[in-house]
Amino acid sequence: MVNTGDTAFILVSAALVMFMTPGLALFYGGMVRNKNVLATIMQSYIIICLVSVSWTLWGYSLSFGPDVGGVIGNLSWFALTDVGLTPSADYATTVPHLAFMVFQLMFAIITPALITGAFAERMKFKTFLVFMILWSTLVYSPLAHWVWGSGGWLAKMGALDFAGGTVVHISSGISALAAVLVIAKRRGHGKEQFIPHNVPMTVTGAAILWFGWFGFNAGSALTSGGLAASAFVATHIAAAAAGLTWLITEWIHRGKPTTLGAASGSVAGLVAITPASGFVGPASALIIGGVAGTLCYLGVMAKSKFGYDDSLDVVGIHGVGGTWGALATGLFATVAVNEAGKDGLFFGNPAQLWIQFVSVVTTWVFAFVMTIIILKVLDATMGLKVSDEEEVRGLDITQHSETAYNV
Amino acid sequence: MRKIEAIIKPFKLDEVKEGLMEIGVKGMTVTEVKGFGRQKGHTEIYRGAEYRVDFVPKIKIEVVVAADMVAEAVKVIEQKAKTGAIGDGKIFVSSLEEVIRIRTGERGKEAI
Repeated sequence: MVNTGDTAFILVSAALVMFMTPGLALFYGGMVRNKNVLATIMQSYIIICLVSVSWTLWGYSLSFGPDVGGVIGNLSWFALTDVGLTPSADYATTVPHLAFMVFQLMFAIITPALITGAFAERMKFKTFLVFMILWSTLVYSPLAHWVWGSGGWLAKMGALDFAGGTVVHISSGISALAAVLVIAKRRGHGKEQFIPHNVPMTVTGAAILWFGWFGFNAGSALTSGGLAASAFVATHIAAAAAGLTWLITEWIHRGKPTTLGAASGSVAGLVAITPASGFVGPASALIIGGVAGTLCYLGVMAKSKFGYDDSLDVVGIHGVGGTWGALATGLFATVAVNEAGKDGLFFGNPAQLWIQFVSVVTTWVFAFVMTIIILKVLDATMGLKVSDEEEVRGLDITQHSETAYNV
Repeated sequence: MRKIEAIIKPFKLDEVKEGLMEIGVKGMTVTEVKGFGRQKGHTEIYRGAEYRVDFVPKIKIEVVVAADMVAEAVKVIEQKAKTGAIGDGKIFVSSLEEVIRIRTGERGKEAI
Protein backbone atom coordinates (compact mmCIF):
# COMPACT_ATOMS: atom_id res chain seq x y z
CA MET A 1 0.00 0.00 0.00
CA VAL A 2 1.33 3.41 -0.91
CA ASN A 3 1.49 5.74 2.09
CA THR A 4 1.25 9.34 0.97
CA GLY A 5 3.23 10.72 3.92
CA ASP A 6 6.12 8.35 3.29
CA THR A 7 5.99 9.05 -0.43
CA ALA A 8 6.14 12.80 0.08
CA PHE A 9 9.05 12.33 2.47
CA ILE A 10 11.03 10.10 0.11
CA LEU A 11 10.53 12.39 -2.87
CA VAL A 12 11.65 15.43 -0.87
CA SER A 13 14.61 13.46 0.47
CA ALA A 14 15.58 12.43 -3.06
CA ALA A 15 15.55 16.08 -4.10
CA LEU A 16 17.72 16.96 -1.08
CA VAL A 17 20.26 14.27 -1.96
CA MET A 18 20.27 15.41 -5.59
CA PHE A 19 21.21 18.90 -4.37
CA MET A 20 24.29 17.50 -2.61
CA THR A 21 26.11 16.89 -5.88
CA PRO A 22 26.02 20.54 -7.05
CA GLY A 23 27.02 21.32 -3.45
CA LEU A 24 29.96 18.99 -3.84
CA ALA A 25 30.84 20.72 -7.11
CA LEU A 26 31.18 24.02 -5.21
CA PHE A 27 32.95 22.36 -2.27
CA TYR A 28 35.58 20.98 -4.64
CA GLY A 29 35.51 23.91 -7.08
CA GLY A 30 36.62 26.41 -4.45
CA MET A 31 39.62 24.30 -3.48
CA VAL A 32 41.25 24.18 -6.92
CA ARG A 33 43.13 26.92 -8.75
CA ASN A 34 41.04 29.33 -10.79
CA LYS A 35 42.18 27.81 -14.10
CA ASN A 36 40.51 24.49 -13.15
CA VAL A 37 37.33 25.55 -11.38
CA LEU A 38 34.93 24.93 -14.26
CA ALA A 39 36.46 21.55 -15.07
CA THR A 40 36.12 20.55 -11.42
CA ILE A 41 32.50 21.70 -11.18
CA MET A 42 31.79 20.02 -14.52
CA GLN A 43 33.00 16.63 -13.29
CA SER A 44 30.39 16.56 -10.55
CA TYR A 45 27.68 18.19 -12.62
CA ILE A 46 27.93 15.93 -15.65
CA ILE A 47 27.84 12.84 -13.41
CA ILE A 48 24.28 13.85 -12.52
CA CYS A 49 23.41 13.48 -16.20
CA LEU A 50 25.61 10.49 -16.94
CA VAL A 51 24.65 8.25 -14.02
CA SER A 52 20.96 9.16 -14.29
CA VAL A 53 20.96 7.66 -17.77
CA SER A 54 23.00 4.55 -16.94
CA TRP A 55 20.98 3.99 -13.75
CA THR A 56 17.74 4.13 -15.70
CA LEU A 57 19.01 1.69 -18.30
CA TRP A 58 20.94 -0.91 -16.28
CA GLY A 59 22.33 0.49 -13.02
CA TYR A 60 19.19 0.17 -10.92
CA SER A 61 18.49 -3.33 -12.19
CA LEU A 62 22.04 -4.51 -11.42
CA SER A 63 21.92 -2.97 -7.94
CA PHE A 64 18.41 -3.80 -6.79
CA GLY A 65 17.00 -6.18 -9.40
CA PRO A 66 16.24 -9.84 -8.70
CA ASP A 67 19.25 -11.41 -6.97
CA VAL A 68 21.79 -13.59 -8.73
CA GLY A 69 23.75 -15.60 -6.14
CA GLY A 70 23.92 -12.75 -3.60
CA VAL A 71 26.39 -10.96 -5.87
CA ILE A 72 24.44 -8.85 -8.35
CA GLY A 73 20.95 -8.07 -9.57
CA ASN A 74 19.86 -9.40 -12.94
CA LEU A 75 18.85 -7.24 -15.90
CA SER A 76 15.14 -7.96 -15.81
CA TRP A 77 14.49 -4.35 -14.70
CA PHE A 78 16.42 -2.94 -17.67
CA ALA A 79 15.15 0.55 -18.55
CA LEU A 80 12.98 0.34 -15.42
CA THR A 81 10.78 -2.43 -16.73
CA ASP A 82 8.42 -3.50 -13.91
CA VAL A 83 9.50 -0.55 -11.76
CA GLY A 84 6.27 1.36 -11.41
CA LEU A 85 3.71 3.21 -9.35
CA THR A 86 3.06 0.44 -6.86
CA PRO A 87 5.54 -0.41 -4.12
CA SER A 88 8.23 -3.02 -4.60
CA ALA A 89 7.81 -6.27 -2.65
CA ASP A 90 11.24 -5.92 -1.02
CA TYR A 91 12.20 -2.25 -0.71
CA ALA A 92 10.42 0.66 0.95
CA THR A 93 7.07 -1.11 0.78
CA THR A 94 5.03 1.99 1.58
CA VAL A 95 6.16 4.16 -1.36
CA PRO A 96 5.92 3.72 -5.12
CA HIS A 97 8.79 1.65 -6.45
CA LEU A 98 9.73 4.57 -8.70
CA ALA A 99 10.19 6.80 -5.64
CA PHE A 100 12.60 4.30 -4.07
CA MET A 101 14.41 3.98 -7.40
CA VAL A 102 14.93 7.72 -7.78
CA PHE A 103 16.02 8.11 -4.15
CA GLN A 104 18.66 5.44 -4.73
CA LEU A 105 19.67 7.10 -7.99
CA MET A 106 20.79 10.21 -6.10
CA PHE A 107 23.19 8.07 -4.04
CA ALA A 108 24.52 6.45 -7.18
CA ILE A 109 25.21 9.95 -8.52
CA ILE A 110 27.08 11.46 -5.60
CA THR A 111 29.30 8.44 -4.91
CA PRO A 112 31.40 8.59 -8.10
CA ALA A 113 31.34 12.40 -7.89
CA LEU A 114 33.12 12.16 -4.54
CA ILE A 115 36.08 10.43 -6.20
CA THR A 116 36.68 13.37 -8.55
CA GLY A 117 38.43 15.30 -5.76
CA ALA A 118 41.30 12.81 -5.83
CA PHE A 119 42.35 13.46 -9.42
CA ALA A 120 41.22 17.08 -9.62
CA GLU A 121 43.15 19.43 -11.91
CA ARG A 122 44.65 16.75 -14.17
CA MET A 123 42.31 14.17 -15.73
CA LYS A 124 41.31 14.02 -19.40
CA PHE A 125 37.60 14.71 -19.70
CA LYS A 126 36.87 12.00 -22.27
CA THR A 127 38.59 9.29 -20.21
CA PHE A 128 36.84 10.63 -17.13
CA LEU A 129 33.42 10.03 -18.68
CA VAL A 130 34.26 6.43 -19.57
CA PHE A 131 35.79 5.83 -16.13
CA MET A 132 32.65 7.03 -14.41
CA ILE A 133 30.32 4.78 -16.42
CA LEU A 134 32.57 1.77 -15.79
CA TRP A 135 33.02 2.55 -12.10
CA SER A 136 29.33 3.08 -11.55
CA THR A 137 28.51 -0.21 -13.27
CA LEU A 138 31.35 -2.43 -12.05
CA VAL A 139 31.97 -1.08 -8.54
CA TYR A 140 28.92 0.79 -7.28
CA SER A 141 26.18 -1.54 -8.49
CA PRO A 142 27.70 -4.75 -7.06
CA LEU A 143 28.46 -3.06 -3.72
CA ALA A 144 24.99 -1.55 -3.47
CA HIS A 145 23.57 -5.00 -4.18
CA TRP A 146 25.72 -6.72 -1.55
CA VAL A 147 24.78 -4.27 1.18
CA TRP A 148 21.25 -3.09 0.32
CA GLY A 149 19.95 -5.43 -2.39
CA SER A 150 17.42 -8.11 -1.51
CA GLY A 151 19.54 -11.26 -1.18
CA GLY A 152 22.88 -9.37 -1.13
CA TRP A 153 25.49 -11.39 0.75
CA LEU A 154 26.69 -8.64 3.13
CA ALA A 155 23.09 -7.81 4.02
CA LYS A 156 22.43 -11.49 4.79
CA MET A 157 25.53 -11.61 6.97
CA GLY A 158 24.00 -8.82 9.07
CA ALA A 159 26.30 -5.90 8.21
CA LEU A 160 24.75 -2.58 9.23
CA ASP A 161 25.02 0.34 6.84
CA PHE A 162 22.13 2.72 7.28
CA ALA A 163 22.83 5.29 4.57
CA GLY A 164 26.03 4.32 2.81
CA GLY A 165 29.18 4.26 4.95
CA THR A 166 30.55 1.33 2.97
CA VAL A 167 28.67 1.68 -0.30
CA VAL A 168 29.17 5.43 -0.65
CA HIS A 169 32.05 6.66 1.49
CA ILE A 170 34.48 3.77 1.82
CA SER A 171 33.97 2.83 -1.81
CA SER A 172 34.63 6.38 -3.03
CA GLY A 173 37.44 7.02 -0.53
CA ILE A 174 39.31 3.84 -1.35
CA SER A 175 38.75 4.22 -5.08
CA ALA A 176 40.27 7.68 -4.64
CA LEU A 177 43.31 6.06 -3.04
CA ALA A 178 43.59 3.66 -5.99
CA ALA A 179 43.23 6.59 -8.39
CA VAL A 180 46.06 8.63 -6.87
CA LEU A 181 48.32 5.59 -7.12
CA VAL A 182 47.59 5.12 -10.84
CA ILE A 183 47.12 8.68 -12.11
CA ALA A 184 50.33 10.72 -12.15
CA LYS A 185 50.67 13.63 -9.74
CA ARG A 186 50.03 17.20 -10.77
CA ARG A 187 53.06 19.01 -12.18
CA GLY A 188 54.97 20.70 -9.41
CA HIS A 189 53.35 18.63 -6.66
CA GLY A 190 55.47 18.97 -3.54
CA LYS A 191 57.28 22.02 -4.95
CA GLU A 192 54.63 24.45 -6.12
CA GLN A 193 51.79 25.51 -3.89
CA PHE A 194 48.25 24.67 -4.84
CA ILE A 195 46.27 27.20 -2.86
CA PRO A 196 42.44 27.09 -2.92
CA HIS A 197 41.21 29.88 -5.18
CA ASN A 198 37.87 30.53 -3.46
CA VAL A 199 37.30 29.36 0.10
CA PRO A 200 33.85 31.04 0.34
CA MET A 201 32.75 28.82 -2.58
CA THR A 202 33.97 25.77 -0.67
CA VAL A 203 32.16 26.77 2.51
CA THR A 204 28.96 27.38 0.52
CA GLY A 205 29.35 23.89 -0.93
CA ALA A 206 29.91 22.37 2.52
CA ALA A 207 26.75 24.06 3.79
CA ILE A 208 24.75 22.66 0.85
CA LEU A 209 26.18 19.20 1.56
CA TRP A 210 25.16 19.47 5.21
CA PHE A 211 21.64 20.53 4.20
CA GLY A 212 21.30 17.76 1.62
CA TRP A 213 22.64 15.17 4.05
CA PHE A 214 19.38 15.33 6.00
CA GLY A 215 17.72 13.73 2.98
CA PHE A 216 20.59 11.28 2.65
CA ASN A 217 20.42 9.95 6.22
CA ALA A 218 16.91 10.70 7.47
CA GLY A 219 15.54 9.71 4.08
CA SER A 220 17.27 6.34 4.42
CA ALA A 221 14.67 5.47 7.05
CA LEU A 222 12.43 5.17 3.96
CA THR A 223 9.44 6.11 6.07
CA SER A 224 8.64 9.39 7.79
CA GLY A 225 8.46 8.65 11.50
CA GLY A 226 10.54 8.30 14.63
CA LEU A 227 13.48 6.62 12.93
CA ALA A 228 13.77 9.40 10.35
CA ALA A 229 13.74 11.99 13.15
CA SER A 230 16.39 10.05 15.06
CA ALA A 231 18.66 9.80 12.01
CA PHE A 232 18.13 13.51 11.25
CA VAL A 233 19.22 14.48 14.77
CA ALA A 234 22.20 12.11 14.83
CA THR A 235 23.34 13.52 11.47
CA HIS A 236 23.22 17.11 12.63
CA ILE A 237 24.91 16.47 15.97
CA ALA A 238 27.78 14.53 14.41
CA ALA A 239 28.43 17.24 11.83
CA ALA A 240 28.50 19.93 14.50
CA ALA A 241 30.79 17.96 16.82
CA ALA A 242 33.22 17.13 14.03
CA GLY A 243 33.36 20.75 12.85
CA LEU A 244 34.47 21.71 16.34
CA THR A 245 37.01 18.93 16.88
CA TRP A 246 38.66 19.49 13.48
CA LEU A 247 38.91 23.18 14.30
CA ILE A 248 40.40 22.57 17.74
CA THR A 249 42.87 19.99 16.42
CA GLU A 250 44.01 22.40 13.72
CA TRP A 251 44.20 25.28 16.19
CA ILE A 252 46.48 23.25 18.47
CA HIS A 253 48.55 21.90 15.56
CA ARG A 254 48.96 25.03 13.45
CA GLY A 255 48.04 27.85 15.78
CA LYS A 256 45.03 29.14 13.80
CA PRO A 257 41.41 27.98 13.40
CA THR A 258 40.52 28.13 9.70
CA THR A 259 37.21 28.45 7.88
CA LEU A 260 38.19 25.66 5.53
CA GLY A 261 38.88 23.55 8.61
CA ALA A 262 35.41 24.13 10.04
CA ALA A 263 33.84 23.21 6.71
CA SER A 264 36.03 20.13 6.22
CA GLY A 265 35.40 18.95 9.76
CA SER A 266 31.63 19.13 9.47
CA VAL A 267 31.76 17.12 6.24
CA ALA A 268 33.97 14.54 7.99
CA GLY A 269 31.33 14.23 10.72
CA LEU A 270 28.57 13.77 8.14
CA VAL A 271 30.59 11.03 6.45
CA ALA A 272 31.23 9.18 9.71
CA ILE A 273 27.64 9.26 10.96
CA THR A 274 26.20 8.05 7.65
CA PRO A 275 26.31 4.27 8.30
CA ALA A 276 25.36 4.74 11.96
CA SER A 277 22.72 7.45 11.65
CA GLY A 278 19.71 5.11 11.91
CA PHE A 279 21.15 2.84 14.59
CA VAL A 280 22.59 5.15 17.26
CA GLY A 281 21.31 7.68 19.79
CA PRO A 282 22.28 11.35 20.07
CA ALA A 283 25.05 10.85 22.65
CA SER A 284 26.71 8.22 20.46
CA ALA A 285 26.39 10.54 17.46
CA LEU A 286 28.23 13.21 19.43
CA ILE A 287 31.13 10.82 20.05
CA ILE A 288 31.19 9.44 16.50
CA GLY A 289 31.29 12.95 15.06
CA GLY A 290 33.77 14.26 17.61
CA VAL A 291 36.24 11.48 16.91
CA ALA A 292 35.75 11.87 13.15
CA GLY A 293 36.85 15.53 13.19
CA THR A 294 40.24 14.76 14.72
CA LEU A 295 40.71 11.43 12.94
CA CYS A 296 40.05 12.85 9.48
CA TYR A 297 42.35 15.79 10.18
CA LEU A 298 45.11 13.28 10.92
CA GLY A 299 44.09 11.35 7.80
CA VAL A 300 44.55 14.46 5.68
CA MET A 301 47.92 15.11 7.34
CA ALA A 302 49.04 11.59 6.44
CA LYS A 303 48.97 12.19 2.69
CA SER A 304 52.02 14.44 2.75
CA LYS A 305 53.89 11.70 4.64
CA PHE A 306 53.14 9.26 1.82
CA GLY A 307 53.62 11.89 -0.90
CA TYR A 308 50.25 11.11 -2.50
CA ASP A 309 48.60 13.78 -4.63
CA ASP A 310 45.03 13.29 -3.39
CA SER A 311 44.22 16.83 -4.53
CA LEU A 312 41.14 17.45 -2.37
CA ASP A 313 41.55 14.85 0.38
CA VAL A 314 38.97 12.27 -0.64
CA VAL A 315 40.95 9.51 1.11
CA GLY A 316 41.48 11.50 4.30
CA ILE A 317 37.84 12.46 4.65
CA HIS A 318 35.73 9.77 2.95
CA GLY A 319 38.10 6.81 3.28
CA VAL A 320 39.07 7.48 6.88
CA GLY A 321 35.70 8.92 7.96
CA GLY A 322 33.75 6.15 6.22
CA THR A 323 35.87 3.42 7.79
CA TRP A 324 35.56 4.94 11.23
CA GLY A 325 31.79 5.32 10.80
CA ALA A 326 31.29 1.72 9.67
CA LEU A 327 33.30 0.38 12.60
CA ALA A 328 31.68 2.81 15.02
CA THR A 329 28.31 1.42 13.96
CA GLY A 330 29.52 -1.92 15.36
CA LEU A 331 30.32 -0.16 18.62
CA PHE A 332 27.39 2.17 19.19
CA ALA A 333 24.40 0.55 17.43
CA THR A 334 21.42 -0.22 19.64
CA VAL A 335 18.05 -1.82 18.98
CA ALA A 336 16.57 0.80 21.29
CA VAL A 337 16.88 3.19 18.33
CA ASN A 338 16.09 0.78 15.52
CA GLU A 339 14.40 -2.56 16.11
CA ALA A 340 15.47 -3.75 12.67
CA GLY A 341 19.12 -3.11 13.57
CA LYS A 342 21.43 -4.85 16.01
CA ASP A 343 23.23 -4.04 19.22
CA GLY A 344 26.88 -3.08 18.95
CA LEU A 345 29.84 -3.88 21.21
CA PHE A 346 28.94 -1.22 23.78
CA PHE A 347 25.44 -2.65 24.00
CA GLY A 348 26.58 -6.20 24.65
CA ASN A 349 27.08 -7.63 21.16
CA PRO A 350 30.78 -7.78 20.24
CA ALA A 351 30.02 -10.01 17.25
CA GLN A 352 28.58 -7.01 15.40
CA LEU A 353 31.95 -5.27 15.38
CA TRP A 354 33.44 -8.29 13.62
CA ILE A 355 30.68 -8.25 11.01
CA GLN A 356 31.28 -4.53 10.44
CA PHE A 357 35.00 -5.21 10.13
CA VAL A 358 34.40 -7.85 7.47
CA SER A 359 32.16 -5.51 5.49
CA VAL A 360 34.79 -2.75 5.71
CA VAL A 361 37.63 -4.98 4.55
CA THR A 362 35.51 -6.43 1.76
CA THR A 363 34.61 -2.97 0.51
CA TRP A 364 38.21 -1.78 0.76
CA VAL A 365 39.59 -4.70 -1.22
CA PHE A 366 36.84 -4.79 -3.83
CA ALA A 367 36.78 -1.04 -4.52
CA PHE A 368 40.58 -0.79 -4.55
CA VAL A 369 41.24 -3.72 -6.89
CA MET A 370 38.41 -2.90 -9.30
CA THR A 371 39.39 0.76 -9.55
CA ILE A 372 43.03 -0.13 -10.21
CA ILE A 373 42.01 -2.52 -12.99
CA ILE A 374 39.61 -0.04 -14.63
CA LEU A 375 42.16 2.78 -14.54
CA LYS A 376 45.04 0.62 -15.82
CA VAL A 377 42.93 -0.45 -18.80
CA LEU A 378 41.92 3.16 -19.51
CA ASP A 379 45.51 4.32 -19.11
CA ALA A 380 46.65 1.83 -21.75
CA THR A 381 43.81 2.62 -24.16
CA MET A 382 42.80 6.28 -23.75
CA GLY A 383 45.35 7.86 -21.38
CA LEU A 384 44.35 9.28 -18.02
CA LYS A 385 46.21 12.54 -17.66
CA VAL A 386 46.19 15.65 -19.83
CA SER A 387 49.46 16.77 -21.46
CA ASP A 388 51.90 18.93 -19.53
CA GLU A 389 51.00 21.94 -21.61
CA GLU A 390 47.28 21.44 -21.05
CA GLU A 391 47.85 21.06 -17.35
CA VAL A 392 49.79 24.31 -17.14
CA ARG A 393 47.20 26.21 -19.17
CA GLY A 394 44.43 24.72 -17.06
CA LEU A 395 41.62 22.28 -17.72
CA ASP A 396 38.96 24.98 -18.14
CA ILE A 397 40.45 26.35 -21.32
CA THR A 398 41.97 23.13 -22.70
CA GLN A 399 39.15 20.66 -21.96
CA HIS A 400 36.16 22.96 -22.22
CA SER A 401 37.27 26.17 -24.00
CA GLU A 402 35.92 28.34 -21.22
CA THR A 403 37.25 30.50 -18.41
CA ALA A 404 35.44 31.01 -15.13
CA TYR A 405 36.42 34.57 -14.40
CA ASN A 406 36.62 37.23 -17.06
CA VAL A 407 37.53 40.82 -16.27
CA MET B 1 56.55 69.07 -10.52
CA ARG B 2 57.22 65.81 -8.74
CA LYS B 3 55.59 62.42 -8.64
CA ILE B 4 55.50 60.67 -5.29
CA GLU B 5 54.92 56.93 -5.29
CA ALA B 6 54.49 55.36 -1.90
CA ILE B 7 54.09 51.68 -1.04
CA ILE B 8 52.33 51.44 2.30
CA LYS B 9 50.51 49.02 4.57
CA PRO B 10 46.89 48.77 3.41
CA PHE B 11 45.40 49.67 6.78
CA LYS B 12 47.32 52.97 6.79
CA LEU B 13 45.67 54.26 3.63
CA ASP B 14 42.95 56.31 5.33
CA GLU B 15 45.38 58.13 7.62
CA VAL B 16 47.75 58.92 4.76
CA LYS B 17 44.90 60.14 2.54
CA GLU B 18 43.52 62.45 5.24
CA GLY B 19 46.98 63.77 6.07
CA LEU B 20 47.64 64.62 2.42
CA MET B 21 44.24 66.28 2.00
CA GLU B 22 44.92 68.46 5.04
CA ILE B 23 48.04 69.92 3.46
CA GLY B 24 46.19 70.66 0.22
CA VAL B 25 46.85 67.67 -2.02
CA LYS B 26 43.86 67.59 -4.38
CA GLY B 27 43.99 64.09 -5.81
CA MET B 28 45.68 60.75 -5.75
CA THR B 29 45.64 57.35 -7.44
CA VAL B 30 45.57 54.20 -5.36
CA THR B 31 46.33 50.65 -6.48
CA GLU B 32 46.25 47.34 -4.64
CA VAL B 33 49.62 45.75 -5.28
CA LYS B 34 51.62 42.74 -4.11
CA GLY B 35 55.34 42.54 -3.54
CA PHE B 36 58.08 41.83 -1.11
CA GLY B 37 61.00 43.58 0.50
CA ARG B 38 62.64 42.76 3.79
CA GLN B 39 59.32 41.68 5.25
CA LYS B 40 59.20 38.77 2.79
CA GLY B 41 55.89 36.92 2.75
CA HIS B 42 53.54 35.31 5.21
CA THR B 43 52.12 31.83 5.85
CA GLU B 44 48.63 30.63 5.00
CA ILE B 45 47.09 27.41 6.35
CA TYR B 46 44.81 25.14 4.29
CA ARG B 47 43.67 21.86 5.83
CA GLY B 48 46.54 21.83 8.25
CA ALA B 49 49.21 22.40 5.61
CA GLU B 50 51.26 25.60 5.76
CA TYR B 51 51.80 27.51 2.54
CA ARG B 52 54.46 30.18 2.18
CA VAL B 53 53.11 33.19 0.30
CA ASP B 54 56.00 35.40 -0.91
CA PHE B 55 54.09 38.44 -2.08
CA VAL B 56 52.50 40.58 0.60
CA PRO B 57 49.48 42.76 -0.25
CA LYS B 58 50.31 46.49 -0.15
CA ILE B 59 48.78 49.74 -1.33
CA LYS B 60 50.55 51.94 -3.84
CA ILE B 61 49.68 55.64 -3.75
CA GLU B 62 50.61 57.95 -6.59
CA VAL B 63 50.46 61.70 -5.94
CA VAL B 64 51.65 64.53 -8.15
CA VAL B 65 52.56 67.82 -6.45
CA ALA B 66 54.32 71.07 -7.23
CA ALA B 67 58.04 71.05 -6.40
CA ASP B 68 57.60 73.32 -3.38
CA MET B 69 55.16 70.91 -1.76
CA VAL B 70 57.21 67.73 -2.05
CA ALA B 71 59.00 67.93 1.27
CA GLU B 72 55.79 68.46 3.19
CA ALA B 73 53.89 65.72 1.38
CA VAL B 74 56.68 63.20 1.91
CA LYS B 75 56.83 64.11 5.58
CA VAL B 76 53.08 63.51 5.95
CA ILE B 77 53.28 60.08 4.29
CA GLU B 78 56.30 59.15 6.36
CA GLN B 79 54.57 60.05 9.60
CA LYS B 80 51.15 58.65 8.83
CA ALA B 81 52.26 55.34 7.32
CA LYS B 82 54.78 54.52 9.99
CA THR B 83 54.19 51.72 12.51
CA GLY B 84 57.84 51.08 13.30
CA ALA B 85 57.46 47.41 12.38
CA ILE B 86 59.05 45.73 9.37
CA GLY B 87 56.98 46.15 6.19
CA ASP B 88 56.02 49.83 6.55
CA GLY B 89 56.96 50.40 2.91
CA LYS B 90 58.86 52.93 0.83
CA ILE B 91 58.44 56.33 -0.78
CA PHE B 92 59.84 57.10 -4.23
CA VAL B 93 60.08 60.66 -5.55
CA SER B 94 60.78 61.46 -9.18
CA SER B 95 60.59 64.57 -11.30
CA LEU B 96 57.79 64.91 -13.77
CA GLU B 97 58.00 66.53 -17.19
CA GLU B 98 54.42 67.35 -17.96
CA VAL B 99 50.89 67.16 -16.60
CA ILE B 100 47.85 67.70 -18.79
CA ARG B 101 44.24 68.02 -17.70
CA ILE B 102 42.34 66.30 -20.46
CA ARG B 103 39.06 68.20 -20.06
CA THR B 104 40.49 71.72 -20.37
CA GLY B 105 43.84 71.14 -22.01
CA GLU B 106 45.64 72.98 -19.15
CA ARG B 107 49.35 72.20 -18.87
CA GLY B 108 51.84 72.04 -16.02
CA LYS B 109 51.15 73.21 -12.46
CA GLU B 110 47.66 74.41 -13.42
CA ALA B 111 46.70 70.88 -14.35
CA ILE B 112 47.70 69.20 -11.08
